[in-house]
Amino acid sequence: MNLAQFTIHELHEQLKNRKTTSGELTRSVLQRIEAVESRIHAFTTVTAELALAQAEAADRWLRSGRPVHPLTGIPIALKDNLCTKGVRTTCASRILENFVPPYDATVVGRLKESGAVFIGKTNMDEFAMGSSTENSAWGLTANPWDLNRIPGGSSGGSAAAVAADACIAALGSDTGGSIRQPAAMCGVVGLKPTYGRVSRYGLVAFASSLDQIGPLTKDVTDCAILMKSISGSDSFDSTSADVPVENYTGLLNRDLSGLQIGIPKEYFIDGMDPEVLHAVKEAVRTMEKLGAKTREVLLPHTEYAIATYYILATAEASSNLARYDGVKYGSRAKPTKDLLEMYMKTRQAGFGPEVKRRIMLGTYALSSGYYDAYYRKAQCVRTLIKNDFDEAFKQVDVIVTPTAPSAAFKIGEKTKDPLQMYLSDIFTISVNIVGIPAVSMPCGFTQTGLPIGLQIMGRPFAEATVLNAAYAYEQATEWRKKKPNL
Amino acid sequence: MKLSKEEVEHVARLARLAVSEEEKEAFSRQLSEILTYIGKLNELDTSKVQPTSHVLDLSNVLRDDVIRESLSTIDVLANAPDRVSDFFRVPKIIEERE
Repeated sequence: MNLAQFTIHELHEQLKNRKTTSGELTRSVLQRIEAVESRIHAFTTVTAELALAQAEAADRWLRSGRPVHPLTGIPIALKDNLCTKGVRTTCASRILENFVPPYDATVVGRLKESGAVFIGKTNMDEFAMGSSTENSAWGLTANPWDLNRIPGGSSGGSAAAVAADACIAALGSDTGGSIRQPAAMCGVVGLKPTYGRVSRYGLVAFASSLDQIGPLTKDVTDCAILMKSISGSDSFDSTSADVPVENYTGLLNRDLSGLQIGIPKEYFIDGMDPEVLHAVKEAVRTMEKLGAKTREVLLPHTEYAIATYYILATAEASSNLARYDGVKYGSRAKPTKDLLEMYMKTRQAGFGPEVKRRIMLGTYALSSGYYDAYYRKAQCVRTLIKNDFDEAFKQVDVIVTPTAPSAAFKIGEKTKDPLQMYLSDIFTISVNIVGIPAVSMPCGFTQTGLPIGLQIMGRPFAEATVLNAAYAYEQATEWRKKKPNL
Repeated sequence: MKLSKEEVEHVARLARLAVSEEEKEAFSRQLSEILTYIGKLNELDTSKVQPTSHVLDLSNVLRDDVIRESLSTIDVLANAPDRVSDFFRVPKIIEERE
């Protein structure tokens, strides 16, 4: 087995026992990137030089005999909306084509302190707006399981890189499903933490009341390792929560007895792919065999989640993206006769079609005379959706659903119809509206060999419960051992 | 819900976004369709519901007003598309008197 194929925890053992070095591992991953990148295009920037220097430092630390962090020497990929000091951060947008951040995002700083190695920045939908990574200004990313299909989005590059062994693990961000849906499409594990669990400082803002950073990994143990490293309050993000971080890895076990699982009937809808339905039902049966009890729960406002989301998210985005004015950073259109024309032409040239569409929708929803009808209305429905989940979590510990209504769709299949693209987020969006944690993990494959995702949601700050349910199921099945044939 | 071309122009100006004739047509059609879908929310009576702006039970997170290290002028200006000495340079804003 090539070193790039292992997980974080397997490689940690190898590094600790001097079976390999971070330099050797990093070179293996770089070779793998070279071998597959022309077909999958998961990266916007590969930071080979930086990675090799960090690997050398990690190896010095490992040789010194001092205590070793589980991430020391491990090559990690970062979504290209996480600020990395001195490394270009584009958000897959022309407007940030040459942006080199003068500081690190808090999560990046935390990984650096743990001795992790940064292998590159991953492709994404521009400003994280999309479900297929087709909205990147730098071209498509292909799904490693079928190169004619999308890897999901917006963290499609991170998911594809993990699935293709082009990194050991990755970070992404999730505003409406952008970690979980690509994790499902690419057959990897992806967690969206509770809102406030992970600092957003240095994550280029899309929708500030919904965005969270989280891991994409090859298995649940790796997900727990990364979560432990990146979680916790941060004085640079006033919405980061001052709630103690649990020992996620130490709490993993294979027993689910006493766990109450809720199955929301609103998530098992007409028109869903029967193979997805079958795989999720089988997964629930497996969890029952491990000791869990299941019951039906009601989430009656589910059908309003997408409409609510596309007001809240676009309104917040239109405000957040006002900063791209061609003055302090980013590109500027030239020549222009006055300031107004400079703003308007800079933004016209710098943003892609989906970003413009969302800025327009959000600006409209916030504009004079429409605020109550749209934004305030959506905030009220947000309360109703939250009440649904509060009620459900009085009866159950976790809620299990499919991550997406179908496996990966074909490149180009939904680009002509924005609304159809939005509807593919139906099972992931409520989690962001409500701010709870949820993981997606593989629970089977279609007849044509495409991964199917299982979603497990939990109460606020119950990441440990969600991860344990995922771990017990993972250990009882073999899905994680299957690799794409690249 | 129909968004006319004039409304698209108005919103684009509010968003400081120049739009081509082609984009005006496309936005008018696409945004009308999305707004029609969003109209679904009107099925719900929310007259007695409090809005949620934020899911965490937080308000006014404050810290002591102490001076902390900040970015240097060189770092701050490094990404500017146009600058002159220690300033960002922009097209003329204030008109000269005749």
